[in-house]
Amino acid sequence: MASLITCPHCGRRPKEEFSIRGDAVPERPTPVASEEAWHAYVYLRENPRGTIREYWHHAAGCRRWLVVERDNVTHEVYAVTDARDLAKGGAA
Amino acid sequence: MRYSALSILRQALSGNRGWKPAWREPEPKPHYDVVIVGGGGHGLSTAYYLAKEFGIKNIAVLEKGYIGSGNVGRNTTIVRSNYLLEGNIPFYEFSLKLWEGLEADLNYNAMVSQRGVMMLAHSDGQRDAFARRGNAMRMHGVDAELLDREDLQKMMPYLNYDHARFPIKAGLLQKRGGTARHDAVAWGYARGADSHGVDIIQHCEVTAIRRDEKGRVTGVETSKGFIGCNKLALATAGHSSETARMADLRLPIETHVLQAFVSEGIKPVIDNVIVYGGGHFYISQSDKGGLVFGADIDYYSSYAQRGNLAIVESTMEEGVSLIPGLSRLRVLRSWGGVMDMSMDGSPIIDRTPIENLYLNAGWCYGGFKATPASGFCFAHLIAKNEPHHVARALRLDRFERGYAVDEAGKGPQPNIH
Ligand SMILES: [Zn+2]
Repeated sequence: MASLITCPHCGRRPKEEFSIRGDAVPERPTPVASEEAWHAYVYLRENPRGTIREYWHHAAGCRRWLVVERDNVTHEVYAVTDARDLAKGGAA
Repeated sequence: MRYSALSILRQALSGNRGWKPAWREPEPKPHYDVVIVGGGGHGLSTAYYLAKEFGIKNIAVLEKGYIGSGNVGRNTTIVRSNYLLEGNIPFYEFSLKLWEGLEADLNYNAMVSQRGVMMLAHSDGQRDAFARRGNAMRMHGVDAELLDREDLQKMMPYLNYDHARFPIKAGLLQKRGGTARHDAVAWGYARGADSHGVDIIQHCEVTAIRRDEKGRVTGVETSKGFIGCNKLALATAGHSSETARMADLRLPIETHVLQAFVSEGIKPVIDNVIVYGGGHFYISQSDKGGLVFGADIDYYSSYAQRGNLAIVESTMEEGVSLIPGLSRLRVLRSWGGVMDMSMDGSPIIDRTPIENLYLNAGWCYGGFKATPASGFCFAHLIAKNEPHHVARALRLDRFERGYAVDEAGKGPQPNIH
């Protein structure tokens, strides 16, 4: 039910320890990118029903940024990865 | 059939065997002037006003479930117009005025109860902010009164006035605000729309939007076959991104779940709607006696109509912190509704880049109170192809133009609006 999140650093922790940033799919454009690109990044969302990836901050734990891959209908959690490992090319 | 004291008497004398269903259950026609996707409160009120006020007769409302199964039956029934911003106040005040005449207009008892909405301030800064909001409301001709602690203690003796962290300093009261019976609102609009010839088609899920080579919408594929239309209107808040995707649109919206709760029924104790300013908690008492209350969304994107225990716990904590006596009550039921959380916390009633496709979306968790004005303004837009003047700030392109209507000043972070 996504009440418990398995942090790669801290193990199984309650949801209340985390602060949720939101959609992890949009990629930040370069500073000189067009206004359209920035508008899309800041405001527009795919918002799919099903499997999604979100940024979660383990605020009351290791304070690492994580990417949580989960189902937003069943609330099943598939993977929790450190955001930096993912940025370096790891798989979620 | 018109409802009246006489009709009740007449039916009573004939054993109540003459009541007719409140609306028909027609099969869809091959083509309509306007097809509205979504038979929630907003879709039904849109159909009602389109037919009644704007003279369009050939209308269908397509609902994938049954009437009343979505958010119109899942909210905490509060109606109010105590907003701060220019883009919002006239719209919500228009809605409240429609609420005030709704039952006579629909010939349906929606149990609109103007019992007053009280927003509590717990710091000097918050009291000042409420004074500002009250002034903004009064400048728009909306009623608002700032009450001090002594006034409140007479009205609501059961609140925790001397809370160590959130003492009660003042309250902003809108006397004309209150509650309405949510299911009756859905049924009343459905009956009203039906009486003006609108086809309400339940258990009819839209699976695709069909467009011609120029990009214009020609109709929708549904679980009951293809239905053609001249104009297509989407009113599917909670699932707006999913329906808009059928027309290749991306919206400034994320879907989240909001929970609500009702206690066992007790004798009358809470006369008004009370909104806790120390956190985010709101409560009223239904005519059946149950205390109806809610708090924050679950903070993560969710399309599930059920919520997370962490929010259940924090909601109860907030409630007991404000009204210590709540700890003696048992919670009877809880439920969840999924909502469009927009990027500025305000809704969208607008045309889209597709010429004959119209969008009503982004209601966050304020959609119920807006039901009449949302439908009226959306109908105006669909019929005249231009926005109603009270809804002109609620545009889809306001984000790229730099005109967000951010009532709470929270920025593009949908889970905290
Ligand atoms: Zn951790």
